[in-house]
Amino acid sequence: MRITQVSAFMENRPGRMLHVFNLLSEANINLVAHNIVDAADFGILHMLVDQPALAMQVLRDAGLTCRSTLVLEVTVPDEAGAFVHRVLRPLAEANVNIEYSYAYSSQCEGEARSVIKVDDLERAEQVLKGLIDG
Amino acid sequence: MPADDVVRVHASSGTTGKPTVVAYTAHDIDVWSEVMARTLVAGDVTRRDVAHIAYGYGLFTGGLGLHYGAERVGAMVVPMSGGNTHQQIMLIQDFNATVLCCTPSYALYLAEVAGEMGVDLRETQLRVGFFGAEPWTEQMRREIQDRLGLQALDIYGLSEVVGPGVSSECVYQCGLHVAEDHFLPEVIDPQSGEPLPDGQAGELVFTSLTKEALPVIRYRTGDVTRLHREPCACGRTLVRMDKVSGRTDDMIIVRGVNVFPSQIEAVLLQVQGVEPHYVILVDRESGAMDALEVWVEVSEGVFSDKLGTLADLQRRAETEIRETLRVGARVKLVEPHRIERSMGKAKRVIDRRDVYGVKGE
Repeated sequence: MRITQVSAFMENRPGRMLHVFNLLSEANINLVAHNIVDAADFGILHMLVDQPALAMQVLRDAGLTCRSTLVLEVTVPDEAGAFVHRVLRPLAEANVNIEYSYAYSSQCEGEARSVIKVDDLERAEQVLKGLIDG
Repeated sequence: MPADDVVRVHASSGTTGKPTVVAYTAHDIDVWSEVMARTLVAGDVTRRDVAHIAYGYGLFTGGLGLHYGAERVGAMVVPMSGGNTHQQIMLIQDFNATVLCCTPSYALYLAEVAGEMGVDLRETQLRVGFFGAEPWTEQMRREIQDRLGLQALDIYGLSEVVGPGVSSECVYQCGLHVAEDHFLPEVIDPQSGEPLPDGQAGELVFTSLTKEALPVIRYRTGDVTRLHREPCACGRTLVRMDKVSGRTDDMIIVRGVNVFPSQIEAVLLQVQGVEPHYVILVDRESGAMDALEVWVEVSEGVFSDKLGTLADLQRRAETEIRETLRVGARVKLVEPHRIERSMGKAKRVIDRRDVYGVKGE
């Protein structure tokens, strides 16, 4: 399923993550998942939230640089090999590149959830149709 | 002057990224060698000396300027050029160098590296140093003299006038004797352009009297100083100028290279495709080379959710700055408004080097 991810630019120094999450918390936005990739002196914070549009507005109003990106949320059975067989192999065979990915916990027992950012969203959706839930 | 009479060109970094080219006839080179020889003689250099020249050789006027002057005096020249610091320290010892010619920040860097190698430069034969091509303070002079065990003399010049050799200190270290028989100095009010009386601070202006290939008339250096006409204790009667105390424009000099903020701005605009919000920081840690940092705010126009894209932007900006300005800089991506918040208003340059004896920030 396509979902909107919010990404924000952060300098790599103490308190920046706190600052961003605190802004969201004060706006009563719930964080579903997050992931940070970092270079030497900066990082990019990827977030899945319950209200992406509001989150963008809150972060922008606070003067942060952010953007929204469409990513794929994939849900597979929580068992060995599921992600490999249902997601990674089909995408690789279709020559779809995964730019980054992170996993997070699912509310439902027996399910595993991940976010994948791909270079060709439509093709990835076609390939994964029927293989994953959602 | 027919172009065929030009025997040499040099260049300094210009304001637009294209170098400012200067030309010399054989006579110009002769005059230049002569004023450089005077510079060295004012520091008691003779044919018995060994001159270790660590100014860059090439288009930069520093290396070849000092080189020709030292040969004119008859000293033995070690034409090191810049870089290779370990080897420089080895050769200073092996050749028993008595004279050191380099930028003041490189002199301190040499002392630092020598220390790491277990070498005390005070125990070498070094006796006198000719330091210029960048602004430096009296405090830095004391540090150089302490750590290298030599007398540190200030030399001044700019490519457009001739290169180094325009003025220099003698062993009394009380102002730089201007070679006014070749380069006529005036100090003017930078706003009105009117000449100022001796002793008053203003912009230094030169008119060349003997140059052939590139004569200049009232060339504005952008450097702030004062002129003094009382004779010096050394007996020279040439007019003296104070150590340069500032700039009339926003040019900064880093490791001997002239840098204008407009050049950096042009590079950033080209690399990221949008108007950059940036600040340039120059710092000089004791015993280290001047460090140039460019802080660029990441706006939504350049932000990407992919780390590689941003890292690539950072790398390309660093490469372009190095290639365009011929000086290395570290590009740091920062959050929006970070610059204004922590640095005060839209100031383009934060110079923390205290190079004119007044803290910039």
